[in-house]
Amino acid sequence: MFESLSHLVLQQYWWIIISLLGAILVFLLFVQGGQTLIYTLGKTDMERRILVNSLGRKWEFTFTTFVTFGGAFFASFPLFYSTSFGGAYWVWMLILFAFIIQAISYEFRSKPNNFLGAKTYEVFLFINGALGTILLGIAVATFFTGSEFFVNEMNFSNWEGAAMGLELALNPHNLSLGLAIFFLARVLGILYFMNNVDESNIAVRTKKQLIYNAIPFVVFFLIFVVWLMFIEGFAYDPVTKNVSYESFKYLHNFLQMPIVLIIFLIGVLLVLFGIGKSILKNCSDGIWYSGIGTILTVLALFLIAGFNNTAFYPSTFDLQSSLTIENASSSKYTLKAMSYVSLMVPFVAAYIWFAWKSINNKKIDKSEMEEDIHIY
Amino acid sequence: MIEHLDSALVNWSRAQFALTAMYHWLFVPLTLGITFIIAFMETIYVKTGDPEWKKATKFWMTLFGINFAIGVATGIILEFEFGTNWSNYSWFVGDIFGAPLAIEGIMAFFMESTFIAIMFFGWNKVSKKSHLISTWLVAIGSNLSALWILVANGWMQFPTGMHFNADTARNEMLNFWEVFLSPVAINKFLHTITSAYVLASIFVIGVSAWFLLKGREQLLAKRSIIIAAIFGLLSSLFLVYTGDGSAYQVAQKQPMKLAAMEGLYKGTKGAGLIVVGMPTPGKELNDSNDDYVFKFEIPKLLSFLSYRDTEAFVPGVKNIVEGGYEYVDEKGEKHLAVSATEKINQGKLAIKSLREYKNAKEINDTEKQEESLKIFNENFKYFGYGFLNDPKSIIPNVPVTFYSFHIMVGLGFYFIILFVAVIILTFRDKLTEKRWLLRLAVFTIPLAYIASMSGWIVAEVGRQPWTIQDLLPTVAAVSQIDASAVQITFWLFLLIFTALLIAELKIMIKQIKIGPKEGGH
Repeated sequence: MFESLSHLVLQQYWWIIISLLGAILVFLLFVQGGQTLIYTLGKTDMERRILVNSLGRKWEFTFTTFVTFGGAFFASFPLFYSTSFGGAYWVWMLILFAFIIQAISYEFRSKPNNFLGAKTYEVFLFINGALGTILLGIAVATFFTGSEFFVNEMNFSNWEGAAMGLELALNPHNLSLGLAIFFLARVLGILYFMNNVDESNIAVRTKKQLIYNAIPFVVFFLIFVVWLMFIEGFAYDPVTKNVSYESFKYLHNFLQMPIVLIIFLIGVLLVLFGIGKSILKNCSDGIWYSGIGTILTVLALFLIAGFNNTAFYPSTFDLQSSLTIENASSSKYTLKAMSYVSLMVPFVAAYIWFAWKSINNKKIDKSEMEEDIHIY
Repeated sequence: MIEHLDSALVNWSRAQFALTAMYHWLFVPLTLGITFIIAFMETIYVKTGDPEWKKATKFWMTLFGINFAIGVATGIILEFEFGTNWSNYSWFVGDIFGAPLAIEGIMAFFMESTFIAIMFFGWNKVSKKSHLISTWLVAIGSNLSALWILVANGWMQFPTGMHFNADTARNEMLNFWEVFLSPVAINKFLHTITSAYVLASIFVIGVSAWFLLKGREQLLAKRSIIIAAIFGLLSSLFLVYTGDGSAYQVAQKQPMKLAAMEGLYKGTKGAGLIVVGMPTPGKELNDSNDDYVFKFEIPKLLSFLSYRDTEAFVPGVKNIVEGGYEYVDEKGEKHLAVSATEKINQGKLAIKSLREYKNAKEINDTEKQEESLKIFNENFKYFGYGFLNDPKSIIPNVPVTFYSFHIMVGLGFYFIILFVAVIILTFRDKLTEKRWLLRLAVFTIPLAYIASMSGWIVAEVGRQPWTIQDLLPTVAAVSQIDASAVQITFWLFLLIFTALLIAELKIMIKQIKIGPKEGGH
């Protein structure tokens, strides 16, 4: 079924898959957001235990999605992989450290004789939640702000940025997206707790925290998006492949791809609706609106970064080194082979859904923490 | 292509990869094997309804959970390190290498993480049968992830199913099935996972033996021992078979690795296999020292295992550097081996002609393009040698490879004897009386880890200087970053992984001491 597709169509197909994986990843960062709120929402040991266990049954999905996102990016756009990871070394290394310390924290936290003490593992979870979300946001923002690198005629890349990626964190636009993602993750974390935890004290606190976190999220998100609509973007000529600056490029992308604009607007509205409904009413389904909204919004942002003849990983050092979905992709054969593999995704999503439905039909409460099961 | 070779950068990058890979491998084999042992136990529980089997299942599951978490923590870095520290490599072979990594994520990791959740949290929420299926899927999922990463590794040892595209300056996949079903990849997968089953079996036997020594958990320990010993013995026998297959593949595809494994400098016909020996310390390529201080060998066995012919010539390190001996390729054709110097020259010619091709393309000189492409294709086979200057740089660390190989094989055979002894004594119901054997079983746990680690050292140190055999040496694969940055991350990894390892061991030992409880924790 993929045999007749052109290389360009396959590249677009894979950009959509990468975008979708990225979008789902941002939604699943509710785990990270929740981790930064364990002490804010949980005042007693039992309350914290409930919160940790509520997140602890989901963290692996975020983690696995992140790893799959990396693997799929490698397989479909290897030049991005080699340029960004090898260049923005410190950003990626710090993100990885943040995820390494997360992976053991749930399992080790409440075990006797755990060497570092429960508190340390909780701090690990906090670091993962804060650093992981902000830095991922910064890394994704460079799709619009560009980085300083040079790709030579053999497609080997050299990073020209002064601090091997850390310079990216100083760019206020990158930072605004990083902070927007951080507060979004906290908002989603709160909405998830509203959905998953049955504990009256926690419920009171979540409502207050939702407002405190929704406001900075909206502010940082607006700063980023408004700025994005007015900047020069990185366009390339579909025939000559020559990269050049274009005023209002990302606004043009929205207008020239109205479907993407509609996806974006629906996404933003859903995120806000989920938040608003949860503030005004006593409901537990806000996570679904805001979650789906997050996925749509991020998907749209990825699509305007890579579609409509836009360089998705621009180089401000050497414009012609910028990466596009055409010059950074795998060969036609590999994309085709991988496309068959991508057919498994709906199947995977289906078993995840059924598996969770079968064990997640009841909110977590105190009594479950005393049951005969695996407790973090 | 690579203008400045920074040996400090290469060394620190290699050190970091070795460090992170070895830390990861400390936890992976137990995961791969113990999931099956748990699945066997739960199957018996579901069939018999005996709560003692459920207790055993849950006990080993707790230990699995602790081990799994740190396996995940140490694993994430490896995938991204290909990009962060080996970025030229990621481009040069990403078209082939990326695919298995992505498939691993989609196919295996989600399966593992989804069903692990049911395995741990689903006891009271799903039916017995659904739970059992989940446990089996965790075992299958973790082994599937091993499949794809080992396919990727096998391809680095023996690149196949691809061609070099001069326009994009990288290798591109031509045939997915050739990559996936490469004999090296399949052998590597089977050898590696069976070694993991052996390690997990020894772990289970060792921990159970400790219970018997303490006079605790008699029933659970005995039942665990019998399951693990049978699983371990069967796996061991298969391990010997796949080990033979691996050595045969190495002889055909990586003769230098084979020479290093045996410490063989001067090749010979009808070569013997060294059972015990000591390579001469400080031996140099052209000195007149003997290859070994002493050796005890089985005559002609190396020739037979390598080429299925007792009289076959096995080239040594010196022969491979100097060339000039006859060998038979996969199609059965005879060739005269080319010297390393000649390979380096051909490699340099390939690199030069690729550059000329690129320049000619720039100015649209089609004639020059064709001409340089022709020279390139004729010499591409030794492309990677073009990055080297000294013929001696194709020699891996011989003593490290030799000792790792012999430690691995020696321990492998010792494990078989241990499994047999344990099985016989268990069936005669005399195991608990043989306290020395129980003690031995406990002390064998670290040996299993040493054997497993040694196997990877043979595979990876033995193929230096290559990241991709003959096509890309480490010096050309590395990311062009400051050596100091890699140095800092190296120490950070060492610090954090060591801290996590200590935590893991303390928690694990504590949980073993607590022992099985109704409820698992």
